[in-house]
Amino acid sequence: MEANNLNPDKWIDLYADYLFNYAVTRVSDAEIAKDLVQDTFIAGLKSAKNFKGDAAERTWLIAILKRKVIDHYRKINSKKGKAEIRMSYSSQTDAEGDWLEERIADPNSNFENDALENEELGLAIQNCISKLPKKQAQVFTMKTIEGMETEDICNALGINASNLWVMIHRARTGLMGCLNQNWF
Amino acid sequence: MMISCEKAANICDKAQYEEASSWEKIKLKFHLLMCKACAKHSKDNTKLTSLCNQARLAVLSEEEKKKMKETCSKAK
Repeated sequence: MEANNLNPDKWIDLYADYLFNYAVTRVSDAEIAKDLVQDTFIAGLKSAKNFKGDAAERTWLIAILKRKVIDHYRKINSKKGKAEIRMSYSSQTDAEGDWLEERIADPNSNFENDALENEELGLAIQNCISKLPKKQAQVFTMKTIEGMETEDICNALGINASNLWVMIHRARTGLMGCLNQNWF
Repeated sequence: MMISCEKAANICDKAQYEEASSWEKIKLKFHLLMCKACAKHSKDNTKLTSLCNQARLAVLSEEEKKKMKETCSKAK
């Protein structure tokens, strides 16, 4: 299982964005998500010797992160005191007498499914980005996700605009191929 | 008015980031009418853009990653 040997030095470059996306969809706060990812790396580092190498690194890290997210919710709940369940007939006072049935979720709405699907989509895209050659992934991320100006990216990386567009083109073509089976 | 497939692909990429000029977009449209392969590529490319928007992707900046690495190496 040599392919699964841990390489903590490369962890952050390889998995930080993936883990961050996973966390941010669950805690909806970038700062907290960042802390959870940081904690995950540290916990991973500390228990690296226990890693059996029977799961891929990323799966293993996600498992740790999952615990961190649960712990996070546990912590904020205990701060608030015991969870309180309140059920009222209706929150709108003028709706008194309306049937409860009228207030249930619209069965034709796929709003909730959309949220779930978007989360999967985010991880799928992140996964495909991580399979691109490093430079392409970097340029694509800066341009598409961070929304940086072409000129700023060129200055930051010391490339010219036509280099940039060639890399964007390759990255996009690669991503289309990678996402193809499930999303196109 | 006539452009190569390569040029069409380049304009199409720029258009995904709102960086293609109107005249470029006209040339692209014209090319796509005649070229099935580019029309397919352009459709997929636009789809990729909408998927990326839909997913509301987030990344950590290089700065933040560097900080993480430092914290991790201290924790070792």
